[in-house]
Amino acid sequence: MPSGFNGLLTATVFLPAVAALLLATGIVRDARSIRWYAGIVALADLVLSVIVFVLFQPGGDRFQLIDRFDWIDTGTVQASYLLGVDGISAPLVMLTGLLGLCAVFVSFHINDRVKEYFIWLFVLQTAVMGVFTSLDFLLFFLFWEIELVPMYLLISTWGTGRREYSAMKFLIFTILGSAFMLVAIVAVFVSSGVGSFDMTRLLEPGGALDASRAALPLGVLFWLFFIAFAVKLPTWPVHTWLPDAHTDAPTAGSVMLAGVMLKMGGYGLLRVNAGMFPEQLANFALPIVALGVISVLYGAVVTLRQTDLKRLIAYSSVSHMGLVLIGIGSVAVVGGALTDAGLTGAAMQLFTHGTITGLLFVAVGILYEKTHTRHIPDLGGLANRMPILAGAFLIAGAASLGLPAMSGFVSELLVFFGAFRAFPALTILAVLGIILAAGYILWMIQRTMFGPRPARWDGLTDASLVNTVPVALLVISIFAVGIYPAWLTDVFRDGLEPIVNAYNLGIAGSR
Amino acid sequence: MNAYDLYLISPPLALAALAMLVIVVDLLTRRTGLLVGLSFVGLAAPAALSAWQVADLTGSGASELAAEGSVVLHTLSIDKFSLFFNFLILAAVGLVVLVSTDYVRRMERLQGEFFGLMLLSATGMMLLVSANELITMYIALELTTLPLAALAAFLPNGRSSEAGMKFLIIGALSSALMLYGMALIYGFTGSTRLDEIAAALSAGAAAGAFPFGSMAILLAIVLLLVGFGFKMSAAPFQMWVPDVYEGAPTPMVAFLSVASKAAAFALVLRVFYIGFDALGGDWWVLLAGLAALSMTVGNLVAIAQRNIKRMFGYSTVAHAGYLLVGVAAVASATDSETFGPSSVLFYLSAYTAANLTAFFAIVCIGNRINSDEIYDYSGMVRRAPFLAITLALALIALIGLPPTGLFFAKIYVFAAAINTGESLMTWLVIIGVVNSVVSAYYYLRVIKVMFLQTPIHTERVRASWPVNVALGVATLALVWLGVAPMTLLGAAERAVSVLAGG
Repeated sequence: MPSGFNGLLTATVFLPAVAALLLATGIVRDARSIRWYAGIVALADLVLSVIVFVLFQPGGDRFQLIDRFDWIDTGTVQASYLLGVDGISAPLVMLTGLLGLCAVFVSFHINDRVKEYFIWLFVLQTAVMGVFTSLDFLLFFLFWEIELVPMYLLISTWGTGRREYSAMKFLIFTILGSAFMLVAIVAVFVSSGVGSFDMTRLLEPGGALDASRAALPLGVLFWLFFIAFAVKLPTWPVHTWLPDAHTDAPTAGSVMLAGVMLKMGGYGLLRVNAGMFPEQLANFALPIVALGVISVLYGAVVTLRQTDLKRLIAYSSVSHMGLVLIGIGSVAVVGGALTDAGLTGAAMQLFTHGTITGLLFVAVGILYEKTHTRHIPDLGGLANRMPILAGAFLIAGAASLGLPAMSGFVSELLVFFGAFRAFPALTILAVLGIILAAGYILWMIQRTMFGPRPARWDGLTDASLVNTVPVALLVISIFAVGIYPAWLTDVFRDGLEPIVNAYNLGIAGSR
Repeated sequence: MNAYDLYLISPPLALAALAMLVIVVDLLTRRTGLLVGLSFVGLAAPAALSAWQVADLTGSGASELAAEGSVVLHTLSIDKFSLFFNFLILAAVGLVVLVSTDYVRRMERLQGEFFGLMLLSATGMMLLVSANELITMYIALELTTLPLAALAAFLPNGRSSEAGMKFLIIGALSSALMLYGMALIYGFTGSTRLDEIAAALSAGAAAGAFPFGSMAILLAIVLLLVGFGFKMSAAPFQMWVPDVYEGAPTPMVAFLSVASKAAAFALVLRVFYIGFDALGGDWWVLLAGLAALSMTVGNLVAIAQRNIKRMFGYSTVAHAGYLLVGVAAVASATDSETFGPSSVLFYLSAYTAANLTAFFAIVCIGNRINSDEIYDYSGMVRRAPFLAITLALALIALIGLPPTGLFFAKIYVFAAAINTGESLMTWLVIIGVVNSVVSAYYYLRVIKVMFLQTPIHTERVRASWPVNVALGVATLALVWLGVAPMTLLGAAERAVSVLAGG
């Protein structure tokens, strides 16, 4: 059982929350100082999260940088404050730090209730970081739920359009999903022989959960968790909150939502569904992959006919997150030899989609700030007025449709490698989604950036320096992963290895 | 009757004496501050006596404080369970007294009676939580209810009179039915003492094959549940709740919604876990049914409310449902026997903190804007940031979200329910979590109105310092239970040990 108290992760997770608390007490007052204060805090947190990633050593202990103390310890309930990272979560922590900084920089134009805005943004970042690093179910669930309130307020206060409706829809969907998770967590806890919320014990090879002792059948538990994570991912048919929430959220909200909060769903699937229920994953591989394929195709087809830029990106997220499901499901099928390519691809997809979609939303945010419209038919020919912005769109778009040398290519290729051996027919269907992706991305860029320019856009200026920072950071990360993916895939593979082993064990056990 | 007996019942005695003192002082002086100060500081006496009893109990290691030959033996059980509730009730009444400062200032007369009645009701609750015998329970219950009925009718307007009348009449009706149930129990077991009832029932249950021992016992239990259901404000005995919550003085509603509920649940736990222990396999189904009904009715009807006090009335019905889930969680395994009851105790404490916070904010706001319509709360965050934020925190707690005590409380109650291993209880938990989702809608609507809409007026809403102190303490308790629930969880688990192995 991991123990000790390193302190680094606690600092990384709670730095934004502490900064929010200081902000609430009013140490910084005028809007300009608050913005720079927020920028410095987010930068510091990014540095911390990069340190976490660098210090994580693949091949070492499974969970590293442990922070642990007993939190609740009574006769019937044991829970600990337990933070730690493995190969799956370390990159996601870094991703959160990166997108947290981007979210702050794209929020510099916010003028309405600036202080509250950054307070909620920071609380959100702490919650997401907490989800990725908690190794105790109770703590995990606590962070999972905390994230709802700031996101609700960000959308409903600083959003656009039907923001209150969208915020409420987001909240109800997520809370409904987590209600299922709550039942599952409680059931895991009361299963005899468990008696604690410690995830590291449940994740041990062989697992502490076995069918004869579980409070609910393992298959039921698997699906209860799956529903919660599927809502967050989101997958068809529980995706409907996503386009609304994305469209009406402020830019930073969309960046965080698409960039990291959807990843919470994927992370949960990898950590809990794949990590703790390998046999059930094997049994339910087909429905999971099928759901993934439906999401990919449905998302892509619906994306094609969107005219609102944000809604377009939102639906493309549904499509891309479907690939995560396909990747996770594909590991569960043995074609003679087991391959973990699909699983690595799914994890990679979480990271790459975070940066790519983050960049797309940043770009749309900048565009909206200048033009006050996201309606595609109103735009056109902006490339020679806004070269930086057009570049951002092009790079993000190209990465999104999986052009080689960019990050999207790596993850999609890995997913299809893994999936094709397991489900050739379904995979071929899913590949159609990529063709459609090429369609909607190129069409979108062509209609907004090229072609004749309406006269009213003649006076547009390009992205400001402040806005260029997040663009540059995300572009660098996209190429860094695309050109030399091993620095990331090695870490992910290290984190996924125990899952694959547990899976092998489960298969061997059931034979 | 000797000195030791007096010591045993000293906390309620001290409280009753305080009530009388407050009423007498009111005859001599007209200063509100003095009355509030006296009522609040005077609570130190019962609190200190209870603390002394706790020390005694811990020192002796016995399960209850009662000497052989004492008159209170078999009537009142002074144990960790009752002392836990003593502190909960005292905390609630103390905070409510503080919060009433601004409220009673507006009253022309009868200020002393307001506090006196509240303290008398608290006396009844203290007796109720230690009552170990049916007749004592009945008397304590009446002592709890009658002052509350008078308080409900305290304001000189029609709604308040209606509230008092409804509370009195429905209370009397349910008391009568409960008394009938008690008579039946006595008739079939030959005793009014819980331990003897338990012995008689287990002998009977062993002999007969009928689920509850006999049809008559079932009838008696149902009748008892009518009375308890009224006090717990559980559906389908909730008809009085919205009217009383809307019409009665708000501080009294705050008191009613937490202390009275806590005492009622203490009573239910004691009666069912000690008296009807032998029938454990049967009665939990009844309670589970009540739980499902309360949660669903409370949450669904709350959605439609426009008056915040009415909304809280239905919300309290829903929370009675969640609490009943914990009561119904009768574990079959002996090592986790107290899981359900201890979850109820923790839930009650967290609920007390959350609901008091919410009502205190409502008292302050309602006092200033003279309205309890949710619509009139629009933009409250600009007019009263502290009140709006604490109210929002309380609402978040009532949904069951972190970082608040009710987050753990809900998990704890649901864990106890699933722990029983009954598939019916798993379904009950699913009903419970879905209800939590429904409740998010109407609680959040209030937050939305307060934070997102533009204020109708711009006048600031302020409160005097005792009110702010009470609000601050309740809010701190709410968050503290959410960050470090350990102390109270431990206390709750120790407190319910007397219910085990009965």
